[in-house]
Amino acid sequence: MADFFNSLFLLAVAIIIVAGSLFSLVAAIGLNRLPDVFTRMHAASKAGTVGSGLLLLAAGLHAGELSIFFRALAGFLFFILTAPISAHLLARAAHEVGYRLHEKTVMDELRRDRPLE
Amino acid sequence: MTALGLNLLLAILWIAVSGSATFVNFLFGFLVSALAIGLIREQAEGVSYLRRVRFILSLTILFFKELALSAWKVATLVLRRDMDLKPGIFAFPLTVDRDFEITLLANLITLTPGTLSVDVSEDRRTLYVHAIDCSDPEGTKRDIAEGFERKIMEAFR
Repeated sequence: MADFFNSLFLLAVAIIIVAGSLFSLVAAIGLNRLPDVFTRMHAASKAGTVGSGLLLLAAGLHAGELSIFFRALAGFLFFILTAPISAHLLARAAHEVGYRLHEKTVMDELRRDRPLE
Repeated sequence: MTALGLNLLLAILWIAVSGSATFVNFLFGFLVSALAIGLIREQAEGVSYLRRVRFILSLTILFFKELALSAWKVATLVLRRDMDLKPGIFAFPLTVDRDFEITLLANLITLTPGTLSVDVSEDRRTLYVHAIDCSDPEGTKRDIAEGFERKIMEAFR
């Protein structure tokens, strides 16, 4: 019985690892396929965060030790805290220097309120 | 009681960060966090503590739900053969006005489906948000105002 639960646990960890890798892969594909810096940040900040978060979670679970698990969880937490900030800074800097938005862009109220000099 | 709860939480966080779950280390974390709580005691008191914790908890749950949804949405969008994008930057009128509330809202917006905060206006009244699908900016604005912004107000006011 213990064996059964053990393999069930390992299976769950394996699934989380695969899911995390897939999300990271999707983030990379998005970075390649999306047309401009702003849309690319969407892929990097969201799919990237979830991907690495799942991988951290799996690593913490697999270790089977509470202290390592909590440390992995803390890593995920800091990822959530910092990823949006870097995405925001990159987008802001790109917009400020006049990086052009993709031609399909339907509106830009930031440029309307704050035109380039 | 509430201070004790916060103290315990901080001590557990300390164990998480320092990475050794021994009794002595827990004691040390407890002591340090007790000191820290003592420093901010005056600001920490206020609205019913328990109610606030409940609201923060519901905000956290909403956040993780939206984060999962958002990663999923990006994934399906990116893997589609022809990406029918209508990106755009819209201005979101802020109701929250304190710095940390704006920061929190901006971070939450970035990690939720299809939106990314780009900038805050000088007078802190407007948040500029990039949406990957900007065909219905009014609807998106309403979602943010009634979702995260309302929850932030509930949790911290």
